[in-house]
Amino acid sequence: MEEETHTDAKIRAENGTGSSPRGPGCSLRHFACEQNLLSRPDGSASFLQGDTSVLAGVYGPAEVKVSKEIFNKATLEVILRPKIGLPGVAEKSRERLIRNTCEAVVLGTLHPRTSITVVLQVVSDAGSLLACCLNAACMALVDAGVPMRALFCGVACALDSDGTLVLDPTSKQEKEARAVLTFALDSVERKLLMSSTKGLYSDTEQCLAAAQAASQHVFRFYRESLQRRYSKS
Amino acid sequence: MKETPLSNCERRFLLRAIEEKKRLDGRQTYDYRNIRISFGTDYGCCIVELGKTRVLGQVSCELVSPKLNRATEGILFFNLELSQMAAPAFEPGRQSDLLVKLNRLMERCLRNSKCIDTESLCVVAGEKVWQIRVDLHLLNHDGNIIDAASIAAIVALCHFRRPDVSVQGDEVTLYTPEERDPVPLSIHHMPICVSFAFFQQGTYLLVDPNEREERVMDGLLVIAMNKHREICTIQSSGSEMQ
Repeated sequence: MEEETHTDAKIRAENGTGSSPRGPGCSLRHFACEQNLLSRPDGSASFLQGDTSVLAGVYGPAEVKVSKEIFNKATLEVILRPKIGLPGVAEKSRERLIRNTCEAVVLGTLHPRTSITVVLQVVSDAGSLLACCLNAACMALVDAGVPMRALFCGVACALDSDGTLVLDPTSKQEKEARAVLTFALDSVERKLLMSSTKGLYSDTEQCLAAAQAASQHVFRFYRESLQRRYSKS
Repeated sequence: MKETPLSNCERRFLLRAIEEKKRLDGRQTYDYRNIRISFGTDYGCCIVELGKTRVLGQVSCELVSPKLNRATEGILFFNLELSQMAAPAFEPGRQSDLLVKLNRLMERCLRNSKCIDTESLCVVAGEKVWQIRVDLHLLNHDGNIIDAASIAAIVALCHFRRPDVSVQGDEVTLYTPEERDPVPLSIHHMPICVSFAFFQQGTYLLVDPNEREERVMDGLLVIAMNKHREICTIQSSGSEMQ
């Protein structure tokens, strides 16, 4: 049964200015998520953050090749495909980051000698791609019913040359920024699962605190969209 | 991952139903599934849903030097990828036969039929031409990949806009989208593939086979045609047809 949940969440700072679409503070772009949209994968989700959109499909727990099997837990594999061209080194490094995050969260010991495959397809890239991939992967794992100890989310932030922090940057903001940081946070205690940074910056705590505050909104969005999907009304 | 094998009773059921002109999803033998086309935010991005089969198409362009024997023509490059999301059996090493067959068919249908005017893609003869690259990703496999992929390719090509270029003597100026509006490609006609699955030497023909029907079919006939009733490509594979 295909359930479409277009839950929208728009968060603005209390003192957001009127002219620009985002105020000079913590504000995330418009979210939307759709689950169970593909018939073949065990779980699938499409996550939209502003104009960035990623489609994730999960197969698992399923049969694993003998060369890749681990005797006491599930083998997690992440595949990220860009929209244009063949996958390269950047995709491989992102796959690794996402895999490390998922391995920290998925209860692999419940399904030994099986494989859980997460396939991600970039549908459009307008900034914060790694964060959007993490969110889509989490929603797809939930849709597939893979047991996890916590949910996780990705939040990206950019520091521009005068030190202002912008959350969920667009590709233009990412290009002009001095540093771009992406954090993966878990849902139970907002602990840091993964961080990937690029550029010059000195204050990690401030960025991490801002990301933790923003992750609250993302987890609330997850909860609302799942509630809407499973409610009977 | 290995593909789940099709049980004998399911195979017999499907074949018997086809002999009685019945299809599992209630369609008639010449009925197509519903097609839904949606566009993305970039130029040249589209998603085509043919029933449950889903294909993502993206067109991009780049300035390159032309091929030596075709110095005044642009280059068209097609790449169809069977994503691992589409079916558990599509692993990187295991799909080569199907992949080559589909890619070759796409090339014949779109490049050899000359639907895109490659002469208009020339910027400086012998030095710089546009290379148009069409990337198609199969996201969900429920049969009839070729039709969905050909629709996605031609729709993405029609939707695409390339940056405007002007040549003055020896100087070539490439305008960004902010300076000058991007220009559409010049498309002569739109070839679309239609697949027929045939059973028992062509006694029974089904249009737009879904995944189960593809597994039990004897052979596949693909015809690419455009609006002006011209045939662009024909390919028949599998057993003989009478």
